[in-house]
Amino acid sequence: MSGDPPSQDPELLRRLLRAKDRMDAASHEDWPVRRLARVSGVSEAHFARSFKQAFGVPPHRYLLTRRIERATALLRDTALPITEIAFQTGWESLGTFGRTFRDITGESPGTVRSRARTAMQQLDRVPACIVSAAHRPDLRTAVSEKRRREADDINAPETTKEIR
Amino acid sequence: MSQGVEVVGLYVRDQDEALAFYVEKLGFRVHTDVRNGDYRWLTVQHPDQPSFQLGLFTPGPPVLDAATAQAVRAVVAKGAMPPLVLTVDDCRAACDRMRERGVEFTQEPVDRYGTVDAGFRDPSGNGWKMIQARR
Repeated sequence: MSGDPPSQDPELLRRLLRAKDRMDAASHEDWPVRRLARVSGVSEAHFARSFKQAFGVPPHRYLLTRRIERATALLRDTALPITEIAFQTGWESLGTFGRTFRDITGESPGTVRSRARTAMQQLDRVPACIVSAAHRPDLRTAVSEKRRREADDINAPETTKEIR
Repeated sequence: MSQGVEVVGLYVRDQDEALAFYVEKLGFRVHTDVRNGDYRWLTVQHPDQPSFQLGLFTPGPPVLDAATAQAVRAVVAKGAMPPLVLTVDDCRAACDRMRERGVEFTQEPVDRYGTVDAGFRDPSGNGWKMIQARR
């Protein structure tokens, strides 16, 4: 079928997985394409496209989901201040962290912290590392795109809304 | 003989490579290694667990057609197979020992409420969690 992308070589996929694993292991670090491409042994030009084809999201977006996942786990499992969690998970400012967190999860870090604490009590029989992965945010669109869409909604003419 | 699960299989990209990994790097033992033409039934065992075998199988004919086998190889190489869990007495010591033998760790040992877990992959891409239970 003409719409199907060509299937990727399993040897390439295994090397792309290594780059994904490295982001998983150190999502608080900076992962420019050059560094990821080196881990996978592919050219910078091919890396982002190959990664997206293999894993369904561009590498940078994948990294953001991992950071938010880790931040969510820290909000749930520790009493660390939110500022400290932001720095530990790789953000350079609390503002960027809070904004990205809300863009991805739809909620503030504080809200997630209080709700997660009451909801997680049933999961103590599942290995903690697997629980964390199961709560990975599902980021299907770029954060910038999501922001733009919300801005459009806000700016849209309010023909259908009641004006009070 | 009691009832229960006897064999669970993994797909691997190369059985010789997998055998070397599970036996030499992880300390498993070969249970069965039988060939019939291109087909090879290969299972290994944890030394402390004689009633369970881990099968190391390559996707391909005669069991799978070529296109399906290729799709399975891609899924394994992407790390998309379900999680595997190895229980150990001392996660950090096991980690050090395995790293010396060249095992590719994906996660350093982490303490979680008294348990310690680490992550590693086999050469094909199958992901393992190695967990030290709470004492």
